Amino acid sequence: MKILVMVKRVSDPNVTIRVNADNSDVDLNNVKMALNPFCEIAVEEAVRLKEAGIASEIIALSIGSSQSQEQLRTALAIGADRALLIESDTALEPLIVAKLAAKVIEEEQPGLVLLGKQSIDTDNSQTGQMLASITGWSQGTFASKLEINGDKINITREVDSGLQTICLNMPAVVTCDLRLNEPRYASLPNIMKAKRKPLVTKAAEEYGVDLAPRIRTLKVETPNIRQGGEILSSVAELVEKLKTEKGVI
Amino acid sequence: MRESMEFDVVIVGAGPAGLSTACRLMQQAQKAEREISICVVEKGSEVGAHIFSGAVLEPRALIELFPDWQERGAPLNTPVTSDEIYLFQDAERAKKIPNSLVPKSMHNEGNYVISLGNLCRWLGEQAEAMGVEIFPGFSAAEILYTDEGAVKGIATGDMGVGADGNQKGSFMSGMELHAKYTVFSEGCHGHLGKQLIDKFNLDADADVQHYGIGIKELWDIDPDKHKPGLVVHGAGWPLEKGTNGGSFLYHGDNNQVVVGLVIDLSYSNPYLGPFDEFQRMKHHPVFKQTLEGGKRVAYGARAITKGGLNALPKMCFPGGLLVGCDAGTLNFAKIKGTHTAMKSGMVAAETIFDALSADDQGGRELSAFTEALQNSWVYEELHRTRNFGPAMHKFGTFWGGAFNYLDQNWFKGKLPFTLRDNKPDYAQLKEASECKPINYAKPDGKISFDKLSSVFLSNTNHEEDQPCHLQLKSKVVPVESNWAIYNGPEARFCPAGVYEFVEDAATEQMQLQINAQNCLHCKTCDIKDPSQNITWMTPEGTGGPNYPNM
Repeated sequence: MKILVMVKRVSDPNVTIRVNADNSDVDLNNVKMALNPFCEIAVEEAVRLKEAGIASEIIALSIGSSQSQEQLRTALAIGADRALLIESDTALEPLIVAKLAAKVIEEEQPGLVLLGKQSIDTDNSQTGQMLASITGWSQGTFASKLEINGDKINITREVDSGLQTICLNMPAVVTCDLRLNEPRYASLPNIMKAKRKPLVTKAAEEYGVDLAPRIRTLKVETPNIRQGGEILSSVAELVEKLKTEKGVI
Repeated sequence: MRESMEFDVVIVGAGPAGLSTACRLMQQAQKAEREISICVVEKGSEVGAHIFSGAVLEPRALIELFPDWQERGAPLNTPVTSDEIYLFQDAERAKKIPNSLVPKSMHNEGNYVISLGNLCRWLGEQAEAMGVEIFPGFSAAEILYTDEGAVKGIATGDMGVGADGNQKGSFMSGMELHAKYTVFSEGCHGHLGKQLIDKFNLDADADVQHYGIGIKELWDIDPDKHKPGLVVHGAGWPLEKGTNGGSFLYHGDNNQVVVGLVIDLSYSNPYLGPFDEFQRMKHHPVFKQTLEGGKRVAYGARAITKGGLNALPKMCFPGGLLVGCDAGTLNFAKIKGTHTAMKSGMVAAETIFDALSADDQGGRELSAFTEALQNSWVYEELHRTRNFGPAMHKFGTFWGGAFNYLDQNWFKGKLPFTLRDNKPDYAQLKEASECKPINYAKPDGKISFDKLSSVFLSNTNHEEDQPCHLQLKSKVVPVESNWAIYNGPEARFCPAGVYEFVEDAATEQMQLQINAQNCLHCKTCDIKDPSQNITWMTPEGTGGPNYPNM
């Protein structure tokens, strides 16, 4: 079975992000970029399935700028076999990404698609769900455990009331949650090998998908700085403050 | 048993010295049509992540390395347009020094205001394009020796070790990287360079090394106040008499300026906080008028090797070379080290390539390097300015400055004597009882800030569950000596709030708490601790700051 893993280039989770001067977007100049942590978990899971003899080949797919090659190399260093970059200079919306991915699925015919539950930059959590809908495949979101039995796949999901386990028919689209696994460190020899693994780049325009955005960003603003709380000594003091300072009662 | 890999040359640290070594080696190999394998390890998460400098670049070495640097798109975007030098008398007043009275070494015509981080990122691309293997996120944790005692390479640190010292599920053993020659270019006070100097007694004929701590911030400022290429330097206030240092404000590109302060680590008052001095310095009208209304973008700190020629150790030993600030090639009179670091790397590359071409199998002491460096302009430059730092230490900022004006402008550094300064920086600290506490005003949150919000802007991060990389030789010294005698100076000289003296609630005893996650890898603690009790080790690879265009 082939596995398709989708990976995204995002700003590094450890760096502070600020809004640019004209409030049109966040400023990514000179900002360190990284592989989206949830995507990294998806790659790790695919590699474990291959090590367990369940998967035969892992294809890493990224849809984004040409620099996304760096993140594909990271995926290759963790253990993906080959990579495909669908290149676009402009940021693409989740629906378009899902449509492009569906085209790749047609070409590659994988048995399973793994991707992160969301990317840490825009936090949409949409691509996986949209992809399942477009392809008509089974959908398992926020997987924290994954077991494959023949043509069925059991997904354990963390829900508010505890753990929910669902059984899906393959082929399936599965989005990965934080506790699914702890990704390995890419070793030095594997990073060297990854430089020689095949990485194909195609232009997004080649796929016959309408790339025009449907969402318009009006303004990007920094959230208000949270005011510090205050511990009061009595209910009377609280009532007094609500009356005089806040004027709410 | 660790796995190992073989290379012709292993380079420790992807800074200007290390990357220049790598590029020069590849250039020579290409010219001679010879295969050569070069590996660069870098502890930062990417090339440039740990690079921290002013910076005004003198492009001399870059032009020699890549004469076509402009076509290749080197990020030298802002030529210096004018120099201003101030003597700060107090919190309000400043005297602008006429250009004619400024020591020649402080003039900046033909130089560029740059981000050294971005220059290194670019150098890294050039090196990789020529076939150099660069591995960011891998720290060189230990030096490997042959049975004969020659350096045969380094080992990268283990990954996935817990705070208790046990292997976690993600454990990955470090690797041995063997090389015919290993080049150490870790920057100021590298933790391996330090061991090499000690083991091979490289500083036997050198004066004691001296250091400074540089702290700087990157600001987005009001476009109306932005003067690309303006370079401002200052001395005097807020530093008290007897404390040397200098402030700077450089206007770069994109409406950004860098503002910073360098303080000599030879300061004696344990109450001094370099971070606090820097914060209050920004309130001087000369800086405030530029920063007001702007927004702070990034923060960082790094120690500087500034002993110059007198303190320069021998740079070769069996199996390897020490280059750049790891040895101490910075020209303090120019307050610039990038060009000399790069050049020392290039000379190292040429020496190593000559040896490899003569079928050298490695492990020898390349004494030809000493001679080649002495014949290069690096030596000439450092020789000319050898008295600059010691004069400042001996005579203070004003008379030292006057001496330096005469020495540099009239005698071109050719005065027939050499000033020496042989007391290590850590031994300069006086007991707290002899000194006056310094009263620093609370930060206003607009121009000045507290330490924690500053560290946040360095984007520093370390895997939480790992052994503490700041090791104490003795557990009792911090409280019994540093706290009792010096009032806990590590809490002040650390620019990242790593060291905190806190009272244990149960015993009511003072104890030292080490917040290693905040560490900026500046190495000041390893240098200035009066008890020399702190040893800086490499944390797990990728840990540390993630500097943007610093």
